[in-house]
Amino acid sequence: MFDFLDRFMPGILEWQLPRASEYALQIDVLFDIITILVGFWFVLVLGFFFYLIFRYRHRPGQKAQYITGETHKQKQAIEIPHLLILACDVMIIVPTFLVWYNVKIDIPPADEEVRIVSQQWAWTFHHAGPNGMLGDDDDIISVNELHLKKDRQYTYHLESRDVMHSFSVPVFRLKQDAIPGRVISGHFKPIMAGEWDIQCAEMCGIAHGIMAARVFIETEEEHNAWLAANTPAGAASEFIATNELKISEEKEDRNNG
Amino acid sequence: MAEVAHAEVGHDDHHDHHEPSFWSKYVFSTDHKMIAMQYMFTGMAMALIGGFFAYVFRMQLAFPGASIPFWGTLSPAAYNSLVTNHGTIMIFWVAMPVLIAAMGNFLIPLMIGCDDMVFPRVNRLSYQIFLISAIVLIISFFVPGGGFGGAWTAYPPLSAKAQYNATPFGAPLWLIAVTLEIVAFLLGGINFITTVMNARAKGMRMYDIPIIVWMIVIASILFMCSVGPLIAGAVMLLFDQTLGTGFFDGAAGGDPVLWQHLFWFFGHPEVYVVLLPAMGIVGEITCTFARKKLFAYKLILYSTIGLGILSFFVWAHHQFISGVDPRAAYLFTTTTLLISIPVAIVLFAYIATLYGGSIRFTTAMLFALAFTGEFLLGGVTGIWLGSSGVDVYLHDTYFVLAHFHYTFVPIAIIATFAAVYYWYPKMFGRKMNETWGKIHFWGTTVSFNGIFIPLFILGAGGQHRRIYNFQHYPDLAGADMQDMRVFATLSLIVMLAFQVIFIVNFFVSLKRGEKAGNNPWKANTLEWVATSPAPHGNFGPVMPEVYRGPYEYSVEGREEDYWPQNEKPSDS
Repeated sequence: MFDFLDRFMPGILEWQLPRASEYALQIDVLFDIITILVGFWFVLVLGFFFYLIFRYRHRPGQKAQYITGETHKQKQAIEIPHLLILACDVMIIVPTFLVWYNVKIDIPPADEEVRIVSQQWAWTFHHAGPNGMLGDDDDIISVNELHLKKDRQYTYHLESRDVMHSFSVPVFRLKQDAIPGRVISGHFKPIMAGEWDIQCAEMCGIAHGIMAARVFIETEEEHNAWLAANTPAGAASEFIATNELKISEEKEDRNNG
Repeated sequence: MAEVAHAEVGHDDHHDHHEPSFWSKYVFSTDHKMIAMQYMFTGMAMALIGGFFAYVFRMQLAFPGASIPFWGTLSPAAYNSLVTNHGTIMIFWVAMPVLIAAMGNFLIPLMIGCDDMVFPRVNRLSYQIFLISAIVLIISFFVPGGGFGGAWTAYPPLSAKAQYNATPFGAPLWLIAVTLEIVAFLLGGINFITTVMNARAKGMRMYDIPIIVWMIVIASILFMCSVGPLIAGAVMLLFDQTLGTGFFDGAAGGDPVLWQHLFWFFGHPEVYVVLLPAMGIVGEITCTFARKKLFAYKLILYSTIGLGILSFFVWAHHQFISGVDPRAAYLFTTTTLLISIPVAIVLFAYIATLYGGSIRFTTAMLFALAFTGEFLLGGVTGIWLGSSGVDVYLHDTYFVLAHFHYTFVPIAIIATFAAVYYWYPKMFGRKMNETWGKIHFWGTTVSFNGIFIPLFILGAGGQHRRIYNFQHYPDLAGADMQDMRVFATLSLIVMLAFQVIFIVNFFVSLKRGEKAGNNPWKANTLEWVATSPAPHGNFGPVMPEVYRGPYEYSVEGREEDYWPQNEKPSDS
């Protein structure tokens, strides 16, 4: 349905940012639906407003009319537009529910999984290693770099180590707050190769403003090359190695708990 | 003879033989008008601080890392503190005191025709607590660690633990200041409701009450109903900060999301608490200068009550992506879009009031019309955000920021200016200069749009709030986007510069303004019966009596195009 509607929509959000996830199209179409419906009313009402201001400006010798707005006919002047607004509300609510269900509630079966850990003030991404399993010893852990395979359905597991953060990828049209003590899962499917910003969207302290990361969407081959270059036995940096240690200890705690 | 009679009247009325001293007249006064002035001037002084903060952080965003005139280079910690306190000040120490407290205090007794609030000493206490809260807030900027920088929503765990927010003194002081401020307004609100229900002039029935008085009363009821959870939450958060409790700490058995519910259960009705007085101001001014009866008074009144009730069921639209059960979004999207209807009814009724009118473009009317037009944009942009599906993307972007500034600036700035230009004659006995007023109007409204329209575009482009330097983000560092930031900042500087005209006009007109007389705008409501400025006790020896509704303008068959509420019907 959204693919079909998209043909008739201006695609306003795409003017500034590409659609790099599968559901970005739905959110963009919903944005456009609202823009058209609300924009129509806004222009109409504002136009009428300016017309009245001009038409009924004070001119010498002209007296204002006495209108109470209490008669049935006069009340209709307000009630009928509101039934129409109610109809527009419904036309917005229905696609909103569909989009919301697709983006936030329904999590499709995952091809890949990724664990995202936020902390003051960095993102740590746990990628499945060469064996394709998340949560074992060959995971690749990177800081402020998220590497994804194009056209694969991902499920993410978002955590926080200290305060509220929010994982926001504007090109995916995705945002999700991270709450300390909880694991929040969601999904996305990258559909466009490239490299874009990840921002923290929840005030998280002094360096909130530089809690930036990058998402790299790669083909299968590029991704495998990146995996190979970063397998712990190979070229892991010192930082990642120490981080790995901490995280594996934590994992044990979690398993015990 | 006349002098003797006058002296006796004074004796009977006030039991007051001596001229009040400076302290009892200006500082410890229980007179509602003086308390209104205290609130208004405190609010305006705080607005200067809040405006200065906006100038500093907008300069940083336009020219990252540059030395800012009157400040210097801005550190990330100071940036966070400035945006946090800009929001806090503008809502709690500008919009609230000026719109609810100053307008409510000044107008309610005058408009319902009584001599003062029913609890004048509670009223005085309310201002004193408010003043203390403002002082505590200002102190919090200068303590070690600096002012609180965890955003005006103060989400824990960031706000709860000094190890995270690095403001061990700033955060508790900020919280204490907000709590005291809320207590002050609770006292004020009780006073407003009681006064309107019990002290109306003889003959004033429910439907004869001016709409602004109704709106302030409804706002006060909303405030009283919504503020309890916030005060409870604030006390718990203060305990978390200072005593090491764990109400909002997941590891200690609490829940950080609980704060968000308590905060927004207050925070959303709070929007309407400041919106309603502003709408009331605009309603009054629109009727007076269109020379028209308010269109569908009862419909407006009942829509406002409906709006108030609905406003308690929309809070979680601030939390669509906060980790609450996503299915809750179905409910809150629906209520949020439904609330567009009562708001639109009121705005439509104001627009319909213009129909068939004879509109006088005084400065007050220009500001009132600007409110309706600008607030319309603020209101409709809420639809994108109320739709949870789009909010996934727009949440916490500059789109949100531009949206709520398009509601709050019309409320707290534009409607307030309308009110000041309109009631200034009743406050001080003289009119403000109209020519300078109109220059101030155009300078303020045009530059206001210049600030926030670019921010809508930036927000739709994925720029998030509360980030002190966008050059760290390759997707946001482009020259086009930076140009828009610079444009917004320059517009802000223009807007602030035009406020100098207002301040000069305000103070020069105190001494040199054209003398106003009792009813300079030929308006109907009771405050225009009192002399300008209104004396202690408001109406002198004879309290006004009410014979009709407040908006009987241009009644057919009458010579005059207005018909004051207190004028006796000629045929009786």
